[in-house]
Amino acid sequence: MRTLHTVILAAMLAAIGLGVAAWKHVSFGFPLTPDPETAVWTVEARARLQADGGPMRVEIPVPDQLHGYKIIEEDFISATFGAVPDDSGETRRVVWTARAPGSAPVLYYRMQLAESGERGDPPQSPAPTYPDPPEYDESLGAAITSLLEEVRQKSADVGSFARQLVLHYARNETDDRIQLLEGRTDSAHEHVEQLAYVLADARIPARTVWTLELAEGLRNGRLEPWLQVYTGARWRVIDPVTGDMGLPHDRLLWAVDDGAGVRVYGGELEGWQIAATRTQRDVLTVASQRAAEAGSRVVDLSLISLPVQSQQLFRLLLVLPVGALIVVLMRNVVGVQTFGTFMPVLIAFAFRETQLWLGMALFCATVALALVIRFYLERLRLLLVPRLAAVLTVIVALMAVISVASHHLGVDRALSVGLFPIIVLAMTVERMSVVWEESGPADALKQGVGSLIVAVMAYGVMTRPWLQHVMFIYPEMLLVVFALALLFGRYTGYRLFELWRFRSVLRQDPSR
Amino acid sequence: MIRRLLPNPFARLRRAGVLGMNARNASYIMATNPRSRFPLVDDKRRTKHLAEAAGIAVPRLLGGIDSHHELRALHEVVGPIEAGFALKPAHGSSGNGILVIRDRVGPYYRMTNGRLASRDELEHHAANILSGMHSLGGLPDAAMIEERVCFDDRFDDVSGGGVPDIRTVVYRGVPIMAMMRLPTHASDGKANLHHGAVGLGIDLASGRSISAVHHDRPVDEHPDSLAPLLGRAIPGWERLLELSARCYDLCGLGYLGVDVVLDRDRGPLVLELNARPGLSVQLATGAGLAPRLQAIDAADALPEAAADRAEFARERFAAADAPVPVDEPAPISVMGRAANADRCA
Repeated sequence: MRTLHTVILAAMLAAIGLGVAAWKHVSFGFPLTPDPETAVWTVEARARLQADGGPMRVEIPVPDQLHGYKIIEEDFISATFGAVPDDSGETRRVVWTARAPGSAPVLYYRMQLAESGERGDPPQSPAPTYPDPPEYDESLGAAITSLLEEVRQKSADVGSFARQLVLHYARNETDDRIQLLEGRTDSAHEHVEQLAYVLADARIPARTVWTLELAEGLRNGRLEPWLQVYTGARWRVIDPVTGDMGLPHDRLLWAVDDGAGVRVYGGELEGWQIAATRTQRDVLTVASQRAAEAGSRVVDLSLISLPVQSQQLFRLLLVLPVGALIVVLMRNVVGVQTFGTFMPVLIAFAFRETQLWLGMALFCATVALALVIRFYLERLRLLLVPRLAAVLTVIVALMAVISVASHHLGVDRALSVGLFPIIVLAMTVERMSVVWEESGPADALKQGVGSLIVAVMAYGVMTRPWLQHVMFIYPEMLLVVFALALLFGRYTGYRLFELWRFRSVLRQDPSR
Repeated sequence: MIRRLLPNPFARLRRAGVLGMNARNASYIMATNPRSRFPLVDDKRRTKHLAEAAGIAVPRLLGGIDSHHELRALHEVVGPIEAGFALKPAHGSSGNGILVIRDRVGPYYRMTNGRLASRDELEHHAANILSGMHSLGGLPDAAMIEERVCFDDRFDDVSGGGVPDIRTVVYRGVPIMAMMRLPTHASDGKANLHHGAVGLGIDLASGRSISAVHHDRPVDEHPDSLAPLLGRAIPGWERLLELSARCYDLCGLGYLGVDVVLDRDRGPLVLELNARPGLSVQLATGAGLAPRLQAIDAADALPEAAADRAEFARERFAAADAPVPVDEPAPISVMGRAANADRCA
């Protein structure tokens, strides 16, 4: 009954712990392994201005919702301007204003983008009204009509219609109609506008969108006009040169139609460029920023929000229960004898600071020395507590000697012995002395070796970077550890060492 | 079902009915020993008072020391004791920290193993006891001075310089298994199997030894005196078994270890009770505790009176092959062991 109760409770706790961890991982991308990195783009738009002398107002288009990327940070940098984002139009704009802007102000807009793994179409604008066919002059009108007729025969729907039109432009440069049309455009922007104009004749809504191609080390990047066509259900982006549908992964949709221009009141725009760099960033940082942008309190309520020093503390503290679980396993299932219950975990903790081999050497050396001293002090017939104090004093002195000696020998490793290992070693020696006096050397040595073995195992487990990371990022895993401890608490089976202990009973067992 | 698919390394232990440490703790100690009763048996002085009130014979308490400043008075307490005494921690466990003094030689105290201890050494030992060196959990403790038990001389040839005792495991008032623990030279007079004492499995029905182990190996002879170990009878066995059963009524612990010594003159005396009796009784008897515990739990009704419970135990838990009685052997003198014969003179 109690066992069933415990099992159900443990299963519930473990399910809650694992569930919360899974939610954090799936929704915000909190990493499962330490130090994985993700690509983060830093995109910077820079506007150089010339002021007239009076107050100034500058409007710069900035991307709103990005496709395939998430904005994790946005900065508006300027010495003298105040910046307010304006979301009212189709293109989001940042409005910069200054009463006394200085003579040649420079405005920076900087954003950091993390890949979000989305695929499909960019965020949609509202559906447009269908355009009326424009009025052409006669020669142009005939050319367009016959061109559209040809395109219509090769296409099945609005999307393929627009695509065929672009391909027609690209393939048939010798075609008289194309030459006539191309002759009227002298920029990429005009080319796209003409495509939209021609499509309007087929009553297909089309417009120019401004895109940025992300490239590592992009310096004087410019927005490029692309064609966007309304297919009756949604807006689709078309490469105006190749006719490919959809926005490539390395391209950002920055602004729509004439929203792309920088508007300056009270001065002149000297130039504006876009730069982009790609950096590797810690996934954890990115996930936290994503969670914060999504308005979730997950990060605020987690250990990541603590000051760095406290974070370091908790990184250590949270693996402590796992170490304790190792002790439980070794004591109750295997049957190893140790000093005290959780002394091995503390010893393992001390090893963290000293490094394993040095720690083990120190452990054996101090324990052996302390025992020698104990034998000597026993002849003096000191009282128990003062005798332990004397042993502790000797251990501290020994540590000091080791540190100084190793410093002069040029081995600086040993110097890193901190306060904690000394205390743990002293406590171990005390426990060992007591066991030695109570139950004799055999028990003391058995427990000493047992403690050391369990400590090394706990050290091995607790120093796994993966474990530290998971326990720190997903502290709800403590519930799982708790559940396991509950289950061990109801384990009434044999211990592995009991096979050895009761071997003489087994030898007499007639049913063998 | 999974159990059947996987090979179970512990199947042999289970078949042999061995009780493991985890099962002992969870299914018996935690289930049948209320925590509130532990102090009754952990403090030997309280046990003694309880037993005396119930008319159970115990070694007499001659004095006690509760704090360091009383140490000076130690000699006034023990000085006049002619017959020898035992100095022990009130909260000791598994026989640790017990010093048995046989008599005095000039200013010295002679221990049962023949060594002489000065007043200083005696005081130091008492101080260690007070500091909690031998007590459970290392808590500060009190020292008690107890009348020395003059062990029945029928066991002189196997007592190894110490005091043998008889440990009976009593479950819900019914004795289920018993062993006699014989100190050896190697165990330094301690009656603890773990420290090298000989464990003698006792048949509950006849009170005779049916098996013996030393350092986990079956033996036939005492390692020091080479005296035969099997088939020896414990005098007054029925009384001893009843006494053990009565200790359950005394402390109310369902899973109980009762340690009894046989005094030459006073018969069985209850030395101490143990709320966490160890599992080595299984080694001594070569049998598992689990089937007997289950038999008690499965019994429809257990007898009320302690004597009936002892009778119940003798019927239910008789050894399969009845032990062959042997004549009591004459004490063999090996390495001056015969000196023990005059221990209580």
